[in-house]
Amino acid sequence: MSGHNVILDVQNLQTYFPIQGGVVRKTVGYVHAVEDVSFQIREQETFGLVGESGCGKSTTGRTILRLIEPTSGHIYFDGQDLCALDKESMRQKRRDMQLVFQDPYASLNPRMTVRKLLEEPLKTHFSLSQAGMDEQVLWISQAVGLSPEQLERYPHQFSGGQRQRISIARALITKPRFVVADEPVSALDVSIQAQILNLLMGLQKDLKLSYLFISHDLNVVRHISNRVGVMYLGRIMELGDTEDVYHTPMHPYTQALLSAIPKRDPSEEKARIRLEGDVPSPASPPPGCAFHNRCPHCTAACKEQVPESRELSPGHWVACHLYD
Amino acid sequence: MKRFGQILRELWRDPMGRIGMLGIFLVILMAVFAPQLSHFGPEKMVGLPKAPPSSEFWFGTDNYGRDIFSRILYGARVSLQVGIIAVGIAATAGYVLGLIAGYFEGWVDRVIMCVMDIFFAFPSILLAIFISAVLGRGLVNTMIAIGIVNIPVFARTVRASVISAKGLEYVQNAKSVGVRTGAILIRHISPNVVAPFTVQATLALSSAILTEASMSFLGLGIQPPDPSWGSMLSEARTFMEQAPWMAVFPALFIIVTILLFNILGDSLRDVLDPKLKL
Amino acid sequence: MDHLLEIRNLSIELPQGRRKPPVKLVEGVDLTVRKKQNFGVVGESGCGKSITCSSIMGLLSFPLSLGQGSSIRFQQGDGREVEITGLSKAELRKLRGRDISMIFQEPMTALDPMYTIEEQICESLLFHASLSKAEMHDAALEMLRKVKIPRPEQILKDYPHHLSGGMLQRVMIAIALINNPRLLIADEPTTALDVTIQAQILDLMNELRESYDTSVIMITHDLGVIAETCEEVAVFYAGQVVEQSDVNTIFHAPAHPYTAGLLRSVLSLGGAQQELYTIQGTVPTAGNFSVGCRFADRCEHCMDICRNRAPALSEISPGHLCRCWLHADTPKEETA
Repeated sequence: MSGHNVILDVQNLQTYFPIQGGVVRKTVGYVHAVEDVSFQIREQETFGLVGESGCGKSTTGRTILRLIEPTSGHIYFDGQDLCALDKESMRQKRRDMQLVFQDPYASLNPRMTVRKLLEEPLKTHFSLSQAGMDEQVLWISQAVGLSPEQLERYPHQFSGGQRQRISIARALITKPRFVVADEPVSALDVSIQAQILNLLMGLQKDLKLSYLFISHDLNVVRHISNRVGVMYLGRIMELGDTEDVYHTPMHPYTQALLSAIPKRDPSEEKARIRLEGDVPSPASPPPGCAFHNRCPHCTAACKEQVPESRELSPGHWVACHLYD
Repeated sequence: MKRFGQILRELWRDPMGRIGMLGIFLVILMAVFAPQLSHFGPEKMVGLPKAPPSSEFWFGTDNYGRDIFSRILYGARVSLQVGIIAVGIAATAGYVLGLIAGYFEGWVDRVIMCVMDIFFAFPSILLAIFISAVLGRGLVNTMIAIGIVNIPVFARTVRASVISAKGLEYVQNAKSVGVRTGAILIRHISPNVVAPFTVQATLALSSAILTEASMSFLGLGIQPPDPSWGSMLSEARTFMEQAPWMAVFPALFIIVTILLFNILGDSLRDVLDPKLKL
Repeated sequence: MDHLLEIRNLSIELPQGRRKPPVKLVEGVDLTVRKKQNFGVVGESGCGKSITCSSIMGLLSFPLSLGQGSSIRFQQGDGREVEITGLSKAELRKLRGRDISMIFQEPMTALDPMYTIEEQICESLLFHASLSKAEMHDAALEMLRKVKIPRPEQILKDYPHHLSGGMLQRVMIAIALINNPRLLIADEPTTALDVTIQAQILDLMNELRESYDTSVIMITHDLGVIAETCEEVAVFYAGQVVEQSDVNTIFHAPAHPYTAGLLRSVLSLGGAQQELYTIQGTVPTAGNFSVGCRFADRCEHCMDICRNRAPALSEISPGHLCRCWLHADTPKEETA
């Protein structure tokens, strides 16, 4: 992994959503959905972005693809700053960067056959003959495990797992280099999850893809990612190689998160770190460290200063005053 | 196209839909075959004035001795013509405006909707009269006036559908694939707009027919001696005691035609709504 | 009857119109829940676990109905046994909220947005107990403290949309337990919650077990939740119970190939970029069940008899039930 080039370099990304209020609909505040997020992904690497609901991981993924416009920051894809591109150039870049959605039921147009759904990305980015398109459609559908007869059917005739295969095929048919997978298995049954994860991992090898894998499921992220970033209230709290972070979590939030995972074995003894209270609202994030009001190790510095991200061991970054 | 046949079949299954379809079909037949069906023509004075319905003059005669039945038939032509063309104007302009306002939002949306709201603020008949006064009387100007008056309701409906369609996951998906805006509008958003739009068109037809009748009744709109159900009703006012059939038949046909379009529109809404979910 | 709940031969049908016979979504389910027991019901979507447990409360939504021969015997608070399938609507209403309570997956939609928390907690008290307003207020307050809600006085006056998912689920637990029910049915109570909040709620439910006499039926698809909370587990597949035993046996020595497959599919924390085990094939839909074992075409150990004859749920060792030809005695006609 370390021999590969960096394909995606996110620097100080910020995405704020304005809150409108009053009769005249003035902007009365902002939702700090993504706050100063930075990380890199190398070629053929899977970077897992994990966190609970509202932490900003989905927004981060969509901002990187500029489906949501960033408020500030830089997104370097293959060295080129995506934020500097105009709308049409960005649209063309989408050939190389795709998104797999969470909901396999809602993300496919119910009025289009599978064939039409797979042809659409080809028509958008290439000018192929019908025969050329047929060849590509056949290739990708076989790669994801769909049979040729299924190409003429409509999405509602498939199960959740099969629809997700269609979504993946649609995302990969243009042979992108980078794929953002936003909770791709969360809506599926456990046994189907395993099938889809295997499919994603297999396709990564075959097509030399890089993944940004977004999920709230810690076990799934651990399984599929080379590196992982833990997000809380719009910020990355900890970042590093997957095994480092899971084996020796340094940030108190990561520690609490990992201890909250239900046991795999009923006879296992588990010491649980209890987190009291609820997540603060991203519309009014607390001063200083975003986690300080729930942290068992909170100090005075935590309440005032935002901790900087430090590299505690090679490749393992933590943003916490405990390690200052 | 397959879906079209399916929709017609579903409409037929609903008793109300069946009535609506049959009724309107009859009205259309009346209008199209008016020359063949009417024995005397709408303008000739062929009988004794104010004669009651008889085997010769099925609906009686008016104060000029003209056959009311023939006038009713030709009046159907007017009503349908005005209805279809006026709604055609309104639907086309309203669709385009609603699509632009709904898809792009921002200041474009606010400007368009502001103008629409201004139109909406006026009672439709008043507005139609005003526009008519500016343009002048007659069939064509009436159609234009009623058309303009109905644009806001189409713009509103289309805009609402577009905004809700924009939020659909598969529209977001199309954007992430990189599909061009035009293709998204046609392939992904329009099919969601067609259903409420069609229902709106059917209901607008009934409203247009009523507006035309009202305007003709008031002396604007269709001018004598051309027959219009509204102007026939107006002429009948003075003779209500002596020849009530002069009023009864135009009024009946206005009411029934409007009712038929409303019934069809309701039925269409029921048939199309569950399909919207798909 | 020294069990709290005995379900025998439960089947749930979905009518298919006048010309076709009804489809059985759930068939031949036998379940026994003891007093003060945490009973887990696990299975994937569509396996019938939710509707089975809804039918315990008589909450099957139209057009589903109980099949002929279904029996649900329940021991009420006063010791009397009652056959739930035979109760009238009024009698069922008296049972719900008092002897049997239920909590659901989505607390936000389970509570009425028009009423305060206090009004909703007291609604249950009003129907089942006769207390004065002050007594009800105190009972509600006490209940909120028991479920560890901070600032309970303030929360009583709030409306559901003011509270987060975790807080609302605590309120649901409070409403469910306030009348000291004998049985609490929890239908995927933590599925919609974040993992740290889920941990809080599961810990709370485990703690409350000490102070209440209530048995809990925990319905979930998450084996982790089962490992955290349950003593006895029943595994559902395609509308039937395929295995039932205590939780340790289920996790360490599962007998049914589906249970074993499910356990293997679930990721362990130790996993690292290897290909995951999957159960090949898909769940059959109701109405398309085969004549033999419903798991036959996905099973690694499938034998001839599996395709032709449906195995019965039998006790393969004390306290361990399994529906599989691998473990059951094959009928005498098949051998030789």
